Amino acid sequence: MKLGLVIDLDVCVGCHACAVSCKQWNTSGTTGPLTDYQPYGEDPSGVWFNRIRHYEVGDYPHNKTINFPMSCMHCEQADCVDVCPTGASYKREEDGIVLIDQDKCMGCNYCSWACPYGARELDRESGVMKKCTLCVDRIYDENLAEIDRQPSCVITCPANARHFGDFDDPNSNVSQLTRERSGYQLMPELGYKPTNQYLPPRLTRPVPTDDVKKKSLISSIKEWTNKAIAR
Amino acid sequence: MHPALSVIFFTVASGAGYGLFILLALAHLLGLGDVDGKTLLWGGLLSLLLITAGLLSSVGHLANPKNAWRAFFRFKTSWLSREGVFAVLFYPFGFCYLLLAWLSDGAVGALTLVLGGVAVLLALITVFCTGMIYGCLKTIRQWNTSLTPTNYLLLGLASGCVVLVLVLLLTGQQADAMAGLGVALLVLAALAKGVYYFWMRTLSGPTINTATGFTRAQVRLLDAGHTAGTFLTDEFGYQAPLNQLFWMKVGVFVFGFVVPVLGLGAVLAGVGGGWFAGLAVVSVFVGVGAERWLFFAEARHVVNLYHGAQRT
Ligand code: SF4
Ligand code: SF4
Ligand code: SF4
Repeated sequence: MKLGLVIDLDVCVGCHACAVSCKQWNTSGTTGPLTDYQPYGEDPSGVWFNRIRHYEVGDYPHNKTINFPMSCMHCEQADCVDVCPTGASYKREEDGIVLIDQDKCMGCNYCSWACPYGARELDRESGVMKKCTLCVDRIYDENLAEIDRQPSCVITCPANARHFGDFDDPNSNVSQLTRERSGYQLMPELGYKPTNQYLPPRLTRPVPTDDVKKKSLISSIKEWTNKAIAR
Repeated sequence: MHPALSVIFFTVASGAGYGLFILLALAHLLGLGDVDGKTLLWGGLLSLLLITAGLLSSVGHLANPKNAWRAFFRFKTSWLSREGVFAVLFYPFGFCYLLLAWLSDGAVGALTLVLGGVAVLLALITVFCTGMIYGCLKTIRQWNTSLTPTNYLLLGLASGCVVLVLVLLLTGQQADAMAGLGVALLVLAALAKGVYYFWMRTLSGPTINTATGFTRAQVRLLDAGHTAGTFLTDEFGYQAPLNQLFWMKVGVFVFGFVVPVLGLGAVLAGVGGGWFAGLAVVSVFVGVGAERWLFFAEARHVVNLYHGAQRT
């Protein structure tokens, strides 16, 4: 098996719900806690397995906002595992999930240097490295209903932008989606062969703007006044 | 990359320590200069001290040092693990060789030769491994080159040689041959470093476009998704101002190469006694320290692309 995620950049609305639910599930999971530093202080920070960034692609007026969730890609050529000197990092034979044995890690940060996708974060509190587990403590749990045996982020996503499945099976939902929607890998030139695939935005017809009426003098003045006067 | 003081100290000190040991043993075993028991004692102790201080400082930068002993287990794939194994293997050979050579007051026997030879080899391999720890990372193009281990080896040998000249002078030995070798090593190291700096300007690699997959349009970061720093920005976001980088580079060449070459030149010309050799030692450590700082400060990890860098 080659388990991984498909992320649909066409429909992701950038709500960060996946990251929050990831944190909620995993902080009490096998690699928890996901420590927070000064959660109520001025500069709250902490460990996250999933981060969403926001980009502008193209130039106005042909531009588009792309919300970009990223977590561990469970790479086939996972250098993060090869460079780890203690053997704390490992890739499971049976399903390709990359994990860190919290009892073996010495907190040298070396694996995070080898990861191009920023998927590994050191927990300063416990001094060990942490990363996405693909919810390994959920997906095989037979006490959960079938539908719940998926990563927390996938179930949570309100836009249905995240899909979980086996890429080794050509008929799985993730293989089909990747095929039909031209899914791609990030930074393929580095040769890590990331398992997670990203679906590009669908082509849409541009919204015509030539029939938009020019602004009247009055509305221009109103707009200017609104900007100029501090509330 | 964030230039952490402990890692700079580790690579500079242990590099010089291994370089000092290698040249001391070679000078002794091959008869490159008269090395007697006293020189072996002081030179050997100093090299072991530098190596040990360096290694301890590298353990000190671990977040969970109680598991450090596990670092010997991934020898098959990890350069960090290999470095640890060879560094530890070096100790018994290096120590026994020094002890034997000191007890026999510099006479070279068969056992000394074998022990010394193995220790020199292990020392060379260890420094090579240190270089490869950085050189093997595909994520940092500025390091991912055979020039990286080359530089570590050459700078370790050159700085060790400068220290050895001082040790020879302080123990009342002839240091001309070693000073000559030191000048040659310094020139070689300076050339390799120059090649590296020029090579670095020609690099091209992943861009924000290949990182996001949008290769046919401009991509700009709108929002990184966090208001405070994260592990990633702390660890990889470091960027020094350009003029600081420039002046550090000048410092590398002035303190790392020019001043030590002049100091060794003074030793060769027989002026100033040990003073110029001492100056060369201080200067070479400042210079190599600056070189190591730059090595980290100029390295751009590809994860910066996701935080808005257009290229690395
Ligand atoms: S994304 Fe990073 S941490 Fe995950 S498997 Fe790939 S290299 Fe390793
Ligand atoms: S931080 Fe832990 S998991 Fe990462 S390389 Fe070091 S020992 Fe391995
Ligand atoms: S929960 Fe879904 S829509 Fe929201 S940021 Fe995550 S992937 Fe995007």
